[in-house]
Amino acid sequence: MAITKFFNEMTADDGSVRGHYAGYAAWLRETPLDRIERKRAEADALFHRYGITFAVYGEESGTERLIPFDVIPRIIPAHEWKSLETGLRQRVKALNAFIHDIYHNQEILKAGCIPAQQVLNNAQYRPEMQGVNVPCDIYAAIAGVDVVRAGEGEFYVLEDNLRVPSGVSYMLEDRRMMMRLFPELFARHRVAPVDHYPDMLLHTLRSLAPLGVTDPTVVVLTPGAYNSAYFEHAFLAQQMGVELVEGQDLFVREDQVFMRTTQGPRRVDVIYRRVDDDFLDPKYFRKDSMLGVPGLLDAYRAGRVTVSNAIGTGVADDKSIYPYVPEMIRFYLGEAPILNNVPTYMCRKPEDLAYTLAHLPELVVKEVHGAGGYGMLVGPASTMEQIETFRKYLIANPEKYIAQPTLALSNCPTFVESGIAPRHLDLRPFVLSGTEVQMVPGGLTRVALREGSLVVNSSQGGGTKDTWVLEA
Amino acid sequence: MLSRTADHLFWMARYMERAENTARILDVTYRLSLLPQNGEETESMWAGMLKIMELQDAFLIKHPAFTTEAVLEFMILDRDNPGSILRCLRATRENAHAVRGTLTSELWETSNATWLKIRGFTMTKIMENGPGDFFEWVKYRSHLSRGVTIGTMLQDEALRFIRLGTFLERADNTARILEVKYLNLLPGSHGDAHMADYYQWSALLQSVSAFEVYRKVYRDQMTPLRVAELLILRADMPRSLARSMKEVYSNLTWVSNARSAETERMAGELEAHLRLGDIESIFEGGLRSYLEDFRERIFDLGCRVSDDFLIPISA
Repeated sequence: MAITKFFNEMTADDGSVRGHYAGYAAWLRETPLDRIERKRAEADALFHRYGITFAVYGEESGTERLIPFDVIPRIIPAHEWKSLETGLRQRVKALNAFIHDIYHNQEILKAGCIPAQQVLNNAQYRPEMQGVNVPCDIYAAIAGVDVVRAGEGEFYVLEDNLRVPSGVSYMLEDRRMMMRLFPELFARHRVAPVDHYPDMLLHTLRSLAPLGVTDPTVVVLTPGAYNSAYFEHAFLAQQMGVELVEGQDLFVREDQVFMRTTQGPRRVDVIYRRVDDDFLDPKYFRKDSMLGVPGLLDAYRAGRVTVSNAIGTGVADDKSIYPYVPEMIRFYLGEAPILNNVPTYMCRKPEDLAYTLAHLPELVVKEVHGAGGYGMLVGPASTMEQIETFRKYLIANPEKYIAQPTLALSNCPTFVESGIAPRHLDLRPFVLSGTEVQMVPGGLTRVALREGSLVVNSSQGGGTKDTWVLEA
Repeated sequence: MLSRTADHLFWMARYMERAENTARILDVTYRLSLLPQNGEETESMWAGMLKIMELQDAFLIKHPAFTTEAVLEFMILDRDNPGSILRCLRATRENAHAVRGTLTSELWETSNATWLKIRGFTMTKIMENGPGDFFEWVKYRSHLSRGVTIGTMLQDEALRFIRLGTFLERADNTARILEVKYLNLLPGSHGDAHMADYYQWSALLQSVSAFEVYRKVYRDQMTPLRVAELLILRADMPRSLARSMKEVYSNLTWVSNARSAETERMAGELEAHLRLGDIESIFEGGLRSYLEDFRERIFDLGCRVSDDFLIPISA
């Protein structure tokens, strides 16, 4: 196995506590484990009462699960956050420039930086968006970029989520919960606040209103109460003080979107949609969609409504496009990329496929269009049978896969059944782009609760932690 | 406000109020069932209650006889009975969940916590101390929910639709509670013959929290006529038909839209009838038919509210 050593967020290799964890480690030493256990149980009860849960399909109504919450925070020192933030802003700026370019002049394709068929034959490319202008040329107004750490200051971007990234409500609720459970910790640390995120989001959405609309009506569009992220949709609508709508609440008349209210139709200017492209408009995309609004695309193309994130952003966060992001940064911004990309082997290329097949036990293999931690192979953690099964998949459909070296994901002390033990984690900070690019210091830390697991997705038994960015 | 949101708020409030009143009706009937009488009388009392709640047929599909245990089980925790307290609280919570962003977090959490709690009840646990404690708990949760609503919600359209739902449901339910008791009263009769049973009247009054109120208002012995007057015509009695209709009317005029004029007129008419009504003439015409007619009008009003506000105006 290639990996033996992991970067521990709290403790250095010589066993000493890293500076930014010193205060927390001292508190941990003087706090009895059973008190932490009590607090953890209290957190579970509170999350249930608050209804910070997700519905489980096919089970009796009212059956809802919690995403496990770990009471030990993940702490990031100010200087590390600063470079991370700069890198993220740079990356999202380039990604927005890329999407704009693809739906307009396609300069980057003409320049030969990315093979055109990679983009134009991609299922996420929406020809309906060709030539459509969107406010401020912003497509991914809300981006959730997954970042992992391999070593000291060594951050890698795993994935750019530019469609309907979720998780920000857990970032906010985890903080609220920590402050409630352990107020004394916040007196000891200067933790940068994150709770102004909804304000920032509203500001961003308003700044993207169609031309000529001065006091825009913003709504959040949800697939409904049975969607697994419904809590987040309702939470954000409430925190922003805007309506939470479903497709059935909206209609389009003469290229203008309206919502059905008790006082008759009311115009809608900005839609923060949490419904996938495919389901947005049954007139153009999936005909069987009950979640969308017929004619929405017409209104959108006429510039009468803003849909955020824009339709067709998936063309930039697809795993087959990911390897080109550093190239985009150089091409559009003329800058050197600040954050690392994970080296990626594109199995559609014969030489990459050959390498992948020869190194399967050390690689992570992912489906190009996969998400949620499904359909992937983590070589070092897999049996020979699993590896051989994947070998067959790869040979049969090489273009469906990419491969990456297994990163030595950093870990952080986590409260598990056997006590406190290190578990691997990632970080999803959120980048908001409107007339300006904005971020709150922090993000959602996801932690793989199973020992040795490198998969942090909640669908695969992952939990969350409060993320503290310390103020300098 | 979105029509769909208003619809959920309206029904959230109706189901919570219905849960409370179901507990009240069960409470009074249960108490009456404890008075000395034979088993047949007890069964016919439960049968009468279920009939007025329009649940008799559904009950008979599951149970052969109207025993106290069977009726309580059916009305409290039965998952298949849409009128059971469990189902009412579930519907309250589901409606609240659908609009949780419109509610204050306190209100949403109250409704969610009520639902989480009732899921843990069993009939054995409820019958351990007699069902009275459980009915108290349901009433308490409803009081809490109402208090949180008034104490935390912005006084805007959302609150008006909640209040509209509450009082429309209460008007219907109080009428039903009265019907349970006056079931055997003949038209034209003042029911003096029934005065022998003081306990029946006091149980009825207690079920709508009106025992002390009666004493305060009338300072005299209990008569069926006055009990009916208190619960029908006294606008200062919070659970009376008159009070409920006054609230329905004022909340309705508050949310008024371009289509609702006729609905407002009908509500106003019903409210005026109660405000200016006279209990003697109601008894002359027959209390039962009066209450039945009232409930029919309440039903119509509910349908009209749906049409005017809650079912989206078509594109």
